Amino acid sequence: MAVCVAVIAKENYPLFIKTTPTDNELQFYYTVHTSLDVVEEKISSVGKNVNDLRELYLGLLYPTEDYKVYGYVTNTKVKFVVVVESSNTALRDNEIRTMFKKLHGAYVDMLCNPFYTPGDNIVSRQFENVVLGMMQQD
Amino acid sequence: MADEVLFEFLHMELVALIHRDAVKDEKDGCIAKLESIGFRVGQSLIERFTKDCSRFKDELDTMKFICKDFWNSVYKKQIDNLRTNHQGVYVLQDNKFRFLTQMSNGKQYMEAAPKYLAFPCGLIRGALSSLGINCIVTAEVSAMPACKFQIQIQRM
Repeated sequence: MAVCVAVIAKENYPLFIKTTPTDNELQFYYTVHTSLDVVEEKISSVGKNVNDLRELYLGLLYPTEDYKVYGYVTNTKVKFVVVVESSNTALRDNEIRTMFKKLHGAYVDMLCNPFYTPGDNIVSRQFENVVLGMMQQD
Repeated sequence: MADEVLFEFLHMELVALIHRDAVKDEKDGCIAKLESIGFRVGQSLIERFTKDCSRFKDELDTMKFICKDFWNSVYKKQIDNLRTNHQGVYVLQDNKFRFLTQMSNGKQYMEAAPKYLAFPCGLIRGALSSLGINCIVTAEVSAMPACKFQIQIQRM
């Protein structure tokens, strides 16, 4: 389903990146990095519009030729970025939304682990399993 | 509900444990330790509590969340009074603070109050720092079980 899932800290450094193994994984890192500007823009544009919903889910950040990039930001300014293939038309907005909700849930559970120091790279196996689940099912 | 009492007891034991192990005249160290435990707990809690809310509009919006939802989830009551000077100082007043209600209302245990307020101070500081607000939180007790938390926001 998703080809790349990334968690980015409040200070904009990566906490966790998982990609499907391809020959140019680095490209995804680049895509995720580029998307941060769009996330920033979306967050800061809020407030000008009174009727804004201020949802955590940011929607489609930008489409490229082969991929679509979706973003989500928590109240604590941790960003989640998911990259999916453009060819996958079965994925609707709602499914992406539930995917992010699940990822957020897993992140919260992971953060509540007393052995984890906030700001460290995520090495939790449970969290990784959720991410792998997001990337596998079709 | 029984879980509220458990939280109270756990906190009492936590305070007792840290002070039991400490050598005399190391009171500041104990307070700092409790505060940092509170900080870490606050960080986790806020992530969980804000999971299903929309993003906050501004600082005041965040403070209101702390006073209402956060306080309600942790202490089963809301803050009684929130005041601000609009220049980065907020005062949260709780007229019947949970951790102090079990002590007598007179001046007798006034000296013991600070050690029961270190953890709650850390809790607020941890929650706010996760939300992107760096601050200093101090507590003040003038008459037992009422308690004032002063939040001073640090601007870069």
